[in-house]
Amino acid sequence: MNTEQTVDYLNAGYGPKSWLLTTDHKRIAILYLISITFFFFVGGFFALIMRLELLTPQADVVSAHTYNELFSMHGITMIFFFLVPSIPAVLGNFLVPLMIGARDLAFPRLNLLSWYLYIFGGIFTLVAMLTGGIDTGWTFYTPFSSAYSTTNVIPVVTGIFILGFSSILTGLNFIVTIHKMRAPGLTWFRLPLFIWAQYATSVIIVLATPVLAITLALLGVERIFRVGIFDPALGGDPLLFQHLFWFYSHPAVYIMVLPSMGVVSELVTCFSRKRIFGYYFMAGAIMAIAALGFLVWGHHMFVSGQSVYAGMVFSALSYFVAVPSAVKVFNWTATLYKGNISFHTPLLYAFGFIGLFTIGGLTGLFLAALAVDVHVTDTYFVVAHFHYIMVGGAVMGYLGGIHYWWPKITGRMYNEGWAKFSALILFVGFNLTFFPQFILGYLGMPRRYHVYPPEFQVLNVLSTAGATILGVGYLIPFTYLIWSLRKGKQAGPNPWNATGLEWKTPSPPPPHNFDKVPIVTEGAYAYPPILTTEGTHGGS
Amino acid sequence: MVDHSSAAPHAHQFDDIQQQHEADSLGMWVFLTTEILFFGALFLSYGIYRHAYPEAFAAASHFMDVILGGINTAVLLGSSLTVVLAVHAAQHGERKRLVMFLIFTIILGLAFLSIKGVEYSHKFAEHLVPGVDFQYKGPQPGHAEIYFILYFVMTGIHALHLLIGVGIMTVLAFRASKNRFGPDYFAPIEVSGLYWHFVDIVWIFLYPMLYLIHVYH
Amino acid sequence: MALLVLTISVAYIDLGPYNVIIALVIAAIKASLVAYFFMHIRTSSRLTWTVAIGGFFWLFILFSLTFSDFLSRPIY
Repeated sequence: MNTEQTVDYLNAGYGPKSWLLTTDHKRIAILYLISITFFFFVGGFFALIMRLELLTPQADVVSAHTYNELFSMHGITMIFFFLVPSIPAVLGNFLVPLMIGARDLAFPRLNLLSWYLYIFGGIFTLVAMLTGGIDTGWTFYTPFSSAYSTTNVIPVVTGIFILGFSSILTGLNFIVTIHKMRAPGLTWFRLPLFIWAQYATSVIIVLATPVLAITLALLGVERIFRVGIFDPALGGDPLLFQHLFWFYSHPAVYIMVLPSMGVVSELVTCFSRKRIFGYYFMAGAIMAIAALGFLVWGHHMFVSGQSVYAGMVFSALSYFVAVPSAVKVFNWTATLYKGNISFHTPLLYAFGFIGLFTIGGLTGLFLAALAVDVHVTDTYFVVAHFHYIMVGGAVMGYLGGIHYWWPKITGRMYNEGWAKFSALILFVGFNLTFFPQFILGYLGMPRRYHVYPPEFQVLNVLSTAGATILGVGYLIPFTYLIWSLRKGKQAGPNPWNATGLEWKTPSPPPPHNFDKVPIVTEGAYAYPPILTTEGTHGGS
Repeated sequence: MVDHSSAAPHAHQFDDIQQQHEADSLGMWVFLTTEILFFGALFLSYGIYRHAYPEAFAAASHFMDVILGGINTAVLLGSSLTVVLAVHAAQHGERKRLVMFLIFTIILGLAFLSIKGVEYSHKFAEHLVPGVDFQYKGPQPGHAEIYFILYFVMTGIHALHLLIGVGIMTVLAFRASKNRFGPDYFAPIEVSGLYWHFVDIVWIFLYPMLYLIHVYH
Repeated sequence: MALLVLTISVAYIDLGPYNVIIALVIAAIKASLVAYFFMHIRTSSRLTWTVAIGGFFWLFILFSLTFSDFLSRPIY
């Protein structure tokens, strides 16, 4: 019970200075939570206008140029200012020290700097986008972005450059923390899979983001000094930009999805009251996804003019990267099998993740086939594919994690009825929005166009209807979660009866996390065996 | 939550100074890995274009001052040596030598930057600055321009890193003179030294790549 | 002392037409020596080795796969 005398990280100090100059990883996580929620709704707003335009085949809401700006702003905001930071910066920051029994991250001040860089980069980019616009797409392909676009390219890429450092610092912090600050007895193979996922994500961040930074810098140099690094008219090669860009941006999608996979492992084990099936394979699959993810970037360039041989290599490697992801889906399923399942909201989000990620992943394999990709690249098929992974996958995992750890973070429980309801709304809204897009893409509707042939209208109307439901669906958790801060039931230290060090400390935790350094003597997910009705033991 | 069990004071999130030292060191190595990829992408761009336009690049590189570049290489290697000696002095608690070697490092770093400045001023005088004043008289000026822009970007970013390093060394020298380091607390010196060596290593690759291309027949 | 010898070997390359490879190899040796002796990699943990080598290995991935494209098609 959280009595008036208990000091937790939320009431240890009041006032803006105690929050804006905090080095407590838990407070920094809250700062991130508020900021990325803001950017999420901003990015969603851009999408809503796009879908409004796409209700009709003609251009009647916005002009072509404005539409180009909308999809660019939607992509930039959602990817760089929502998805990339989301789970690592919010849940990772909050939970990594708690889950490994540490008092804080290795470099708390760097952590705060990371947040300020995020805010500065985010505001800078947002202002740049809203004042001068950006119409290059989030992919900034040259020579359009470097020579021909009349929009605010330089300020926008500068903002993203700054954000890149925020990301790198977070990744660096996690790597050092996980290596050096685990509690006594907490060996690598006793770590929760959430930690493995954060670790792998951090390694990707550290290796990939610097390449993006240089790529954007070179783009800026080319645009400012009018030289031909990527401009074919001046002797450059636009494909060099694409290689450098995708060397980051493909691993970036794993930055966005791996943390969600880590969350799902936590949810599936807790709500089936079972150890994860195949722990070593799950940890290995996480690392394999991270490593293999670096070898496939050319599959974004199959029709770009890249050599056929390189294309074949990248296509083959892209098939390989699906294998560890499939291993994870199978192992989650096996964990659920004969488990003692309770359908709490977080598990509903986990189910959503597993199903929708599978669809997204399979359609990724379709795209990895050179011949199929020639047909559907740059169509809505690709758009549907990555939204299944990013929204159906990553965002569902994020929401599942927010719900699961909400009692730990705030000390309060949310209203379960509303939570289940909105999970359902989101699932329906999501599929209604994006499944028609697979069909549209297959039928040939190109992406990034604000007009389309009239025969595509029905599917587009369905998609927009779904998007509206999705938008409402996201507002509901926003409402009841905030409401729970005042009116929610007080949660104890472990409302889910879950394993894991984070549940062994009060909710909300004290500033220093643990009164005594915990000593770990068993592996992760050490749930007791499940008794079946015959009296024999099920589960493992 | 103060831990009284260790001898030296350490940050609250660590159990002891040893753990803090290891964390600081690992943190710097991870940061250097990001720098490897950062500069690496530049080297890749350079490599691609050198492969594509070998004659233009070779001709353009004749405008580089091999002697000045060579002196700079020696200067940086020497400064790495003084850094090592500074770390050694810190480890043995020799305050005066620590400050002395840090100051030598700073001087050598500034020497490098000055020589670089001289080289840049030559480029401006010879109208070889892409985007600002570029009048190249040799063959394939468009391709040569790519060489020069990469030259300026790569050496410029390198010089920026070196400048930051000089700043860090200055701060360290100041704190060292106030006797803030000793055998049980010298991580900042060691970690900054790692950074300095890395900047040196980048130059070790930059110099032959940029300055020492010859067309062979 | 080692570094002085290395600096002179730099001057050697200067004296005639040479392959890019030799220049790179010598640079790599110099860099390794700096890492080995100055950065005390030899006394560092396996973790540090992994981090340092990992960075270069990843760079190798970037280089090789990108070059695989550029080497297998003509550049104008």
